[in-house]
Amino acid sequence: MTIQEVPQGRLRSPFYPRQADLDRLFQWHDWKGYASAEGFYDTTLEYFSVRNSAGVFDLTPMTKYRITGPDALVYINRLVTRDMSKIKPGRVAYAVWCDDEGQVIDDGTIFHLKQGEYRLCSQERHMAWLQMSAIGMDVTIVDETEEVCGLALQGPTSCSILKAMGIEGIETLRPFGMATYAFQDTEIMISRTGFTGDLGYEVWLSNDKALDLWDAMFDAGKIYGIMAMGTEALEQARIEAGFIAAYVDFLPANVTVRTGRSRSPFELGLDWLVDFKKPNFNGRRALAREKRNGSTWQLVKLDIEGNKPAHHSYIYSTSKGKKDVGFITSAAWSPVCKQNVALGTVRSPHGKVGEKLYVEIYYQREMHWSKMMAEATVVDKPFWDPPRKRATPPGPF
Amino acid sequence: MSDRYDAIVVGAGHNGLVCASLLAKAGKKVLVLEANSQVGGAAVTRSFAEGYSVSAVAHLLYQLQPQVVKDLALNIETVSNDMGTIALSADGNHVRFNGDEVSGVGHEDVVQFRDFRKRMKRFAKLLKKFLNKTPPRLANDASKSDLFTLAQLGLDIRRLGKVEMQEFLRLIGMNMRDEVVERFDSDLLRGAISLDAVMGTHLGPRSPNTILTYLYRLAGGDGAISQPTGGMSSVAEALAHSARENGATIRTNMKVKRIVIENGRAAGVETEDGERFSSWLVVSNADPKSTIMDLVQARNVETEFTHRIHHLRMRGNAAKLHLALDGLPTIPGVEKREYADRFVIAPDDHYVERAFNNAKYGETSVKPVFEICFPSFRDTSLAPTGKHVMSAIVQYVPFELREGWSNKTRSAFEKLAIETMAEYMPDLADRITASELLTPADIEEQFHIHGGHWHHGELTMDQFLFTRPVGGAAQYAMPLDGLYLCGAGAHPGGGVSGAAGRNAAREILKSGYSL
Repeated sequence: MTIQEVPQGRLRSPFYPRQADLDRLFQWHDWKGYASAEGFYDTTLEYFSVRNSAGVFDLTPMTKYRITGPDALVYINRLVTRDMSKIKPGRVAYAVWCDDEGQVIDDGTIFHLKQGEYRLCSQERHMAWLQMSAIGMDVTIVDETEEVCGLALQGPTSCSILKAMGIEGIETLRPFGMATYAFQDTEIMISRTGFTGDLGYEVWLSNDKALDLWDAMFDAGKIYGIMAMGTEALEQARIEAGFIAAYVDFLPANVTVRTGRSRSPFELGLDWLVDFKKPNFNGRRALAREKRNGSTWQLVKLDIEGNKPAHHSYIYSTSKGKKDVGFITSAAWSPVCKQNVALGTVRSPHGKVGEKLYVEIYYQREMHWSKMMAEATVVDKPFWDPPRKRATPPGPF
Repeated sequence: MSDRYDAIVVGAGHNGLVCASLLAKAGKKVLVLEANSQVGGAAVTRSFAEGYSVSAVAHLLYQLQPQVVKDLALNIETVSNDMGTIALSADGNHVRFNGDEVSGVGHEDVVQFRDFRKRMKRFAKLLKKFLNKTPPRLANDASKSDLFTLAQLGLDIRRLGKVEMQEFLRLIGMNMRDEVVERFDSDLLRGAISLDAVMGTHLGPRSPNTILTYLYRLAGGDGAISQPTGGMSSVAEALAHSARENGATIRTNMKVKRIVIENGRAAGVETEDGERFSSWLVVSNADPKSTIMDLVQARNVETEFTHRIHHLRMRGNAAKLHLALDGLPTIPGVEKREYADRFVIAPDDHYVERAFNNAKYGETSVKPVFEICFPSFRDTSLAPTGKHVMSAIVQYVPFELREGWSNKTRSAFEKLAIETMAEYMPDLADRITASELLTPADIEEQFHIHGGHWHHGELTMDQFLFTRPVGGAAQYAMPLDGLYLCGAGAHPGGGVSGAAGRNAAREILKSGYSL
C-alpha cells in the first residue's frame, strides 16, 4: 500500500515568484496555511506608499467561499446581522456573523456577484460554521480560496494606476461597488474595497493570470510610486482607519473558552450592522436581549496624548489608576495623523464619545523601564478618513 | 380574517390533549388541530380489517401518570391491569413473569429476579420523581428553583446510601446484557429482560444506556401493564372529552403546514388547506424535528439549535404487526386463560443482540424479536365473536431500509415475521384472515412522526432530562418566542404517560404567559 503524499509546509500564492524577487527582509508568517510576508524592504516605507502613492498587498490567503443556490439570499440573511436583501448585485457589504448567543464569530465582506450568487471573504476559515448554517436550506457552499487570487491596490494613486493599466471606466466605480473588467484576454473582478481606510481597490482573478496582472500593475504603477507591502504596513493602516481585526481586537466566539471573553456586535461598536427589522438572523434573540439590558463591553477609538504607543495598556477612568476599566487591543503612532492612536475595550458605561480616560503606558529607554499615565479621549470618527476615499470619480493623484 | 386563540396546540396526540385540556381548564381559549381524522396520535384504535380493530401503535399502558388522571378527573376503563408476561420457548417450557415473581426457572434465578426487581424499582423511583417536573436548567443564569431541583436529585441519589448509590451510578450508563448475564442463568429470563430494555429503541441489549431505558419504563407505573377497554383510543377519547369539557376546540383533518412567524416570534399556524389561525402561543405536540425543521423552518431559529435538532437520534426501529385471526393460535404449553397475558419472543440475550445487528446496516432482522398480545381475548369489542386480533411489536425493522420500503420488502418481512412466530404457534398461518404491517416508514407517514420513532427521539442519556430534546431547550419553551413543545420529544419522553403534556402546560401557565 502506498501512502499518498500530502503537501506540507506553507502554500505559496501565485504571486510568490514576483514577491520573492522583491523580498529583502525574509520575514514570512503563516496566514491560514499560506506564507504571507510581513514586509519586503522597509515596513515604514511600505506604509507610506499606502498613504502617499500606492501599496500592493497580496490578498490570496483571504478565505473565499462561493455561496449559490435557490436559498442563497435567505441563507446569507440568516447568517449575518445586516439586511442583505438591500445589497444589490454588483455591491459589496461589510458584515459580521454571530453564534446563537449573539457573539461575533468573524467579520468579512460579502460580494453579491450576480443575482443569487455570493462570495464571502474573511480572514478566518469558516466552512464548519457555514455548513452548519446551511441545515434545512438549499444552498451550495464552495471554498474557492485556492482558485481565486487577489491583490489589494491601496492608496491615492490606485485609481490612476488601474486607468494606466487600461481598465476602462474604473473611475466610475463607487465605494463598495464591484464590476468585471477586461484585462488582456481575460476578465478580472475589481471591487472598491480595502482594509486601509483610503482610496483603494481589490482585484480578484483566477490564478493563471496572476503574474500577468502583477507585471501590468507594477509597469503601470512605476511612475505612481507603486510598492509591494506586507502585513505590518497593513496593520498600521487599518488601526488608523479604525478597523477591527479578529484575534487582535476581538476573539472569534467559537474559539473562546471562558464566558465573557467573546463580544457582541454592539460591544464592537458595530450597532449599524445589526438590523432587527429584517427576517430572522442568527443571534437575534440574544442581541435583542442585550439591546434591552445593555452591553458589558464597549470598543473605543482612543486619541492618546504623547507619542508612545500604548501597546497592551490598562485603561483607567482616573489618572490615579486605581481601578482599571479596560485594556488596549491595538495601538500605534500615526505618522499621517500626527496622533497617538489606539483601539481598546472598556467596561460599560465607560466609552462614551468625548470621555476622558487614562492609559498606563510602559516604555523602555536603554534597557530601563518607565511608565506614564497618559490622557486618552474617546473619539467616534476613524483617525484617518480622507475625502478621496468616498469621491467618485477619485481625483487624479 | 383569522380566528385568534390564546393557544394553538399542533397535534392531538395524548400529550397535546393533556396540555390543551389543562390550558383550557385554566381559562384559556384553546384550539387543537389534528392532521388525522382521529384524535390520539399514536395512541389510537383503528380498524385494519372488516370487524377487526387494534391499537395502531402503542398497545399497552405502562405509565399513564396518576397526576394526569387526577388533574383531569379521567375515568379510563381497563380490561386488565396486571398483565403477566410469558417468555416463549419453542419447546413449550416457557418462563412466566408476574410482577416481581418469575417461574419456570431455577430457584437461584427466582431469588435473583426478586432482588433485581427490588433494586430496579428503587432506582426507578428516583426517576419517577422527575417525570412530572420540569428538568432544571444548567446554565450560568439558572434560577433558584433550577438549582433546588438539581440539588434534590443529587440528594435523592445520596440518600440511597453508600452501597446503593454506587450501584446506581454503576448501572445507570450500563448495558442490560452485562447485568442479566451477571445475575441470571436462564436464557429465556435473560432474553425477556433484554427485550424489555430495548423495546422501541435503536439499541441492542449490549448498547450502553439500556438499563436507563428499562428503568424509564419501570418508573412510569412500577412495572404494571394494563390494556384499556376498546384500545388506546379510549385513553385519547377520554382526554379529548376532558379538553372539550374544559372549553377547548378540537378540529381533526386539519394538518398544520407551518407555524406562522411574525417579528421573530410564533404568531399562529397555517394549515395545508391554507387556513390561518392566530395565536401568540403555539404548542407543538409534533416531534422536535418535525416542529423545528418542517413547521418552523431552520431559517427562523438559531443555527446551533437547528444543528442539535437536526442531529437528534430518532430512527425508528420497531414495526407493528396486526393479524386478524379466525381463532386463537395454539401455543404449546400455554393455558387458555394465559392468552390475556403479554408474550415475548426473545429466547436469549444473544438472540436479541443478533436481531439488532441487521438493523445497524439497514436490513431487517433475520430472526426478529416480538412483543405479542391478543387484545380481543378480554376485549370482545375488538373482533367479531369467536375471532381474535393479534397485536405485535416486531423488532428490528429499520426506518431506512437499504433496499427501500416497498410492497415487496414489506410483505417479505411480514412473511418472515409470521414464520418466526409460527415456531412458537404452529397453526398461526392457517388462522390469519387479514394482516397489517406498519414499518417505521409507515408510522412516519401515517402518524407524522419523524423517523417513525414513537418516543419522538431515542431515550438515551444525551437526550434525557436536561438535554431532552436538546440542551438549552429542555424546559418546554423553544428558542422562538411563543413556541412550546409538549410531546414525547420533550422531557420525560415517550410512552402513553401524559407527563410531557402536563409539564408543558404547567410551564406555560407558570411563565405567566400574557395571552
